[in-house]
Parts: sequence; C-alpha cells; structure tokens
Amino acid sequence: MNLNVSQSMLILLCWVLLSSGVVIFFTVRSSRWQRQLRLIPGLKAIEEAVGRSTELGKPMVFTTGWGGDIQRPTTLAALNLLKFIAAKAAAYGTRIIFPTHDPVIAETAREILKVAYAEQGHSDLFRDSDVVFVSPSQFGYAAGVDGIVARSQPGALFLLGTFEGEALILAETGNMSGALQIAGTDSTIQLAFFIVACDYTLIGEELYTASAYLSDDKRIKASMLAQDTLRLLMLILLLVLPVAALLGLNWHRILLP
Amino acid sequence: MTARIAAAVAFLAGLFMAAQYFVKTDFTNLVYRSILDYYQIIFAVTMLIGGVSLIKHHSARITIRREGMIYSAITVAGVIFMIVAAAVSGTGVDSPYQWAFNNLQAPMQATMFSLLAFFVASAAYRGFRIRSRPAFVLALTAIIVLVGRSAFGDMISDRLPELAGWVFNNPSSAAKRGILIGVGLGSVATALRVILGIERSYM
Repeated sequence: MNLNVSQSMLILLCWVLLSSGVVIFFTVRSSRWQRQLRLIPGLKAIEEAVGRSTELGKPMVFTTGWGGDIQRPTTLAALNLLKFIAAKAAAYGTRIIFPTHDPVIAETAREILKVAYAEQGHSDLFRDSDVVFVSPSQFGYAAGVDGIVARSQPGALFLLGTFEGEALILAETGNMSGALQIAGTDSTIQLAFFIVACDYTLIGEELYTASAYLSDDKRIKASMLAQDTLRLLMLILLLVLPVAALLGLNWHRILLP
Repeated sequence: MTARIAAAVAFLAGLFMAAQYFVKTDFTNLVYRSILDYYQIIFAVTMLIGGVSLIKHHSARITIRREGMIYSAITVAGVIFMIVAAAVSGTGVDSPYQWAFNNLQAPMQATMFSLLAFFVASAAYRGFRIRSRPAFVLALTAIIVLVGRSAFGDMISDRLPELAGWVFNNPSSAAKRGILIGVGLGSVATALRVILGIERSYM
C-alpha cells in the first residue's frame, strides 16, 4: 500500500485528530456539565419572529443562500435551525416558504418541513409547493426569492447559510417588505451587509452553535464547550508562536501545516 | 430502524471521506470517485424533481388564474423553450439555446446584479447614521477607507491611502481572521455531530 502523506499533511492530520478528539471527549462526558450559555439575541428573536408572523397571519421565508450546497457545514447548520423553526411554526400553524437554488437542499428541506409539521400534528398545513426550487443561477435565484418576498410580504425572513453577491439584494428587499429579518453566514464579506440590513445577525460560528442553544440535547451543548476549548488553544498559540518566533524558536514550522 | 441505518451510512461515509483526504491509495481514490459519481447521479435526479416541481408550481398558478400568472407563464415557456432548444439543436455557439442564454439570461442577470449598487447606497445610508460613539467610529473608518482607496485619496494627502491600507490590512483582517477561526472550529464540530449521529435533522 502506497501511503503518500507529506509532513504538512501529517501536521494537518494531527490537528484534525486533536480537534475531533476534543469534540468527542466533551460529547461523551456531556452529562457531567451544567453550563449556562451566553444569550445570542438573533436566536432569542426566533420565537419573536414566529410569533410576529403568526399574529400578522403572514408566512415566513427561509433560504440558505446561493453559495452553499448540501455538503457545506453552513448549509447543514442552517437546516438544523430550519428544523427548530419549522417545529415552532407548525405548533402555531404558520406557513414557511423555502426557496432554494439547489435541488438536493430542496428535497432535504421538504423532508425536514414534512416531518416537523407531522410531529406537531399539523400534517395538513404542510404544502409541497412551499419548498420552491427557484434556479441554480445566482441572480435568477436572487430574482426568484425577491419575487417571493415581495408577493408574500412575510412576517419574518430567515437568511441563514452561505451567501454571496445576492446577500444584500435579498436583505434589502426583506427590509423594504417590513419583515423581521434574522441572518447568519460564514462569509465575512456578506456579514457587513447583513449587519446593516437585517434586524439580527448571527456572526460566523454563532450559526453553527444555534442548534446547541435551541436543542435540549446535552451532547450538542457539550460540543459547544469543545469549540470554546479549541478556541482557547488557538488563542494561546496566537500569543505564544509570535513570541517564540521573536526569540528565534521556529515552533510555527512544526505546529502549522 | 431506517434512521439507524441512515445514521450508520452517514457515519461510515463521513469517516471514509475524512480518511481518504489523508490516505491516498488506489482503493480510496476509486471509492472516492465512485461516491462523487453517485452524488452527481443524486444531483441529476433531484434536479429533475426540482424542474418538475417548478413546472407544477407555476402551472398550478396559471390554472387557477392567480394574480401574476403571466410571470408563471413566462417561466414555464422559458423552461420548455430551453429544454426543447437544447434537445433539438444542441448547445453550440450558434444554437438557439446559446442565443437565448447570451441575449436573454445574461442581460437579466446583469440587471439583477446592477441593483446591488442602489441597495449598497441605501444600506450604507442606514449603516452610517451616527447615533452612537461606535457608529461614529464606523462612519469615520468607512470615510477613510472609501476616500483613501479612491483617486481623491492621493489628491488630499499621501498618507490617506496608507491609512486606508492600514485599516484594511490590520483591524479589518484581524476581525476577519477571528471570525474565520470560529467558522473553522464550528465546521469541525458540526461535521462531527453529523458523522456521530448526534445531529440528525437532515434525516
């Protein structure tokens, strides 16, 4: 067997194993921790968004952006959030319209929504046509979602996932429609647009931690603690490695791929 | 039982995809290529389902004569035209398919993109309203970067483009990298939650 692993790959492998090990360690020992989580306004506002839409008798629009496919963790994190929002919407009898650019995401979302409505005993409220495959083209998708927002005048607009150039077009249209907007993305460029155009913005990793906040599963909450531990490790390295380099110790060459 | 099987498949597939990135053998390459081929097949099938669902959605709007049905009619006509044009005369340079792409779709996309300029202006107006001390700092930084990166920057002072560059390369980059580190760690945790079957909302 020819194992073609370079030194750089070995270092990367060590980091992946360390990160995975920390996440698994905290997840396995999840029952031992009772921690208070810092409140994220954007996640707290989900309840308000669903309540507002219900009171106004308007639907909600949820889209995951044009930039990601089903393999992207951001899309998975957004779909995890969709599950919680759909459960709340189903409990209140509120409609969710889900436009997307990707047919695989459309089918996954259809299944999530169908199950969420069924679990709340409102299978009759689920409409197959509310999951709309709009277009794989970026601005075709933007035009389609804009049209849906303008016509349906939603009570809440969720822009959660990977967004590119269409981010501001969607957020400004949502703003003009008067919808309560909750956005979240891992794209640092589009974050600035969301912050000015939306009511609440989940910045970067806040989107990944959303399911931990909304779920009662201790294992999911514990994985957040793992993320914090790894971040602390990164912070220590960011402080130690430059000082070591100034002292002539090239530790960064050993530790970084 | 079905959920357990799906979770087991997700676990094995996730583990394999992570391992094949580091272990390059003929076997792992073959399995990796096969998985990608299967993904393409799944994508093609869901694309077909998506296309059918799109036509059904708009056909229903036309049938019940809902407001704005003309747009649905144009959408359905457009989808059918592109499929027929590609099937009859291919997608070559002089084909009707390519003509429709270059003369209809591309200008429409450019029109949507150009809307961004107006949206940036309205968003910037809201974002830069000075209502607090942080908003003042934000507006001041934005003015320095905007002016410093334009031709006016040099005309006002030699130091202004330098200052704009410093803002861009230091505080802005530091914030971006901080977010990206968080995103990277979040991705690992999310991927592991899916692989280990803790997070199953996709099922």
